[in-house]
Amino acid sequence: MSVIRDVMSPFELFQPTSVAGAMELLDRYGRDAMVLAGGLDSMDWLKDRIKRPSAVVDLGAIAELKGIRPWQDGLEIGAMTTLTDVVRHETVRKRFTILLDAAESAASPQIRNQGTLGGNLSQDTRCWYYRAGWSCYRAGGNICYADTPEALNREHAIFDADRCVAVSPSDTAPALVALDASMVLQTRRGERVVAAEDYFVGPGTDITRMTVLEPGDLLTAIRIPGTWAGARFYLEKVRDRNVWDFALVSVASAMVERGGAIERIRLVVNGVAARPKRLVQSEQAAAGRPPNESTAAAAAELAILGAQPLRHNAYKVPLMRNLVKRAIRGVEDVSWTS
Amino acid sequence: MDFLTWVRSPWGEDILGHVSWDLFWAALVGGLAFLVAHASYLVLSAHRKRQQHETDALEAAYPALPTRVTRHSLAARAFHWVMAAAMFVLLLTAFLPVVGVQFPWVTWHWMAGVVLTASILFHVVHATLALDFWSIWVGPRDLPELKAEILRELGHEVPGPKSGKYPLGNRLYHLAIVVVGLAVTATGLVMMVRVRTPFLTRNPYLLSDATWGVTYVLHGMAGVALVGLVMAHVYFAVRPEKWWITKSMLLGWITRRQYLEHHDPERWSV
Repeated sequence: MSVIRDVMSPFELFQPTSVAGAMELLDRYGRDAMVLAGGLDSMDWLKDRIKRPSAVVDLGAIAELKGIRPWQDGLEIGAMTTLTDVVRHETVRKRFTILLDAAESAASPQIRNQGTLGGNLSQDTRCWYYRAGWSCYRAGGNICYADTPEALNREHAIFDADRCVAVSPSDTAPALVALDASMVLQTRRGERVVAAEDYFVGPGTDITRMTVLEPGDLLTAIRIPGTWAGARFYLEKVRDRNVWDFALVSVASAMVERGGAIERIRLVVNGVAARPKRLVQSEQAAAGRPPNESTAAAAAELAILGAQPLRHNAYKVPLMRNLVKRAIRGVEDVSWTS
Repeated sequence: MDFLTWVRSPWGEDILGHVSWDLFWAALVGGLAFLVAHASYLVLSAHRKRQQHETDALEAAYPALPTRVTRHSLAARAFHWVMAAAMFVLLLTAFLPVVGVQFPWVTWHWMAGVVLTASILFHVVHATLALDFWSIWVGPRDLPELKAEILRELGHEVPGPKSGKYPLGNRLYHLAIVVVGLAVTATGLVMMVRVRTPFLTRNPYLLSDATWGVTYVLHGMAGVALVGLVMAHVYFAVRPEKWWITKSMLLGWITRRQYLEHHDPERWSV
């Protein structure tokens, strides 16, 4: 049987102009609705005919979901704000450079012009077994094709795999977790604010979703507090090519120093699990110590504890260890270990 | 209502996936309906036990009986409660996510499954070597008791009970639990090959896709059946007229009077 590509299944397209209108549509269509933000992830699903919603709710005409505005001591970014707008925003460039780096590392300029921050955060995983439409766990079946003896799983998880070994593909997610951001959701029961760290869910919690968003829910804004504004940030994304590619492993950190020692630090790694992995133990080990080689090495060893590589992705363990080291002690006098 | 869900294999074949969760809701509603129906019926129907003069006569006939008759040994009670705890963990971890309570349930589920399997193995050995193995089973010899029970339910005065150590209801329930419990345990043990555990090397290709589908369906059907069975068991355990049995599962013994009221000394000699 040939697979038909690029010809989408029919669906009804809605372009509401308000969040209330979008919510009404999502409530009406429930699981049969797909939310369209920039469309860069969604169009793949539609053109490949893997997901066949009866209604597509395009958020592009909702002005209240766009733009960046002051919020308390930080910023509130509308979920439909493009990555390019995030990158160009003055406050982001001055106070939250880690988000600038993260957004700028996503895909290509053309995609960043179209792709939104909300879409980048909420996109589905890139596991090709899943995206090829096979009935894996994530798709409602009872097998993970990426975790079989012959599977090609170079890009998959080394942590917290629970039947499914897919990883989060979001570039901005680790930066926002490091910044202690929160997500503003509209649900049937009203507004709900969720810490960025809790916005993402692993397969042990729900194997069919990457985020807490349930059918009918909408991510409307991302709030970044001023807690980490102007901190020493570090973001590094390792990928097979330097543009237009997803991370193999990425690290994001925010660090505040005092008197030559790390006063507080947040360390987040992505590409190693289904959700951005915050390294709390490493943070605790590094706090109060100088950001030098020895602190970095100790924190990095803690970071990789419990890693369970698959057949083809053991390289992620030393990669992650080195990225954590670089995040703590910086990239000068670099020495990689394997 | 769907009974089964189907998935498509990489080869384009439609194969069984698992049971539809509609069946879980059906088991829940069915179980509750049974409880309500049974409780309503018992309001109208007097509980049948040996009449007082019959019991008095038996007390006179069996003067050497101790005041406390051991019904369940410590080992038997320990097995029962460990199995019960494992069963509750299994059911909660299996079905809470279905009703929307999301948590990493798989590890708890397989660990409880291992405990359940170990307790069943212990029970089989213990029942074979240390208990009256056949006393819990039902067979042709129980037909008179079945007939008497039916007649009593129809309002006839029938002397008796005729049960040995375990009332007929207990034995039928045990039979149902054996069938369903073995199905869920056997399939569950095979399914452990699909998840990460310290015991087994993962091998999702141990069985063919279609056979895995059947395994998942059997596991799901047995799990759904257990929802109804466990509901019924808990219901009977807390009913006032059955409390003496529940108490014996806690303390291990029943009184001499209870022994004579509910059991046939010829079939369960102390």
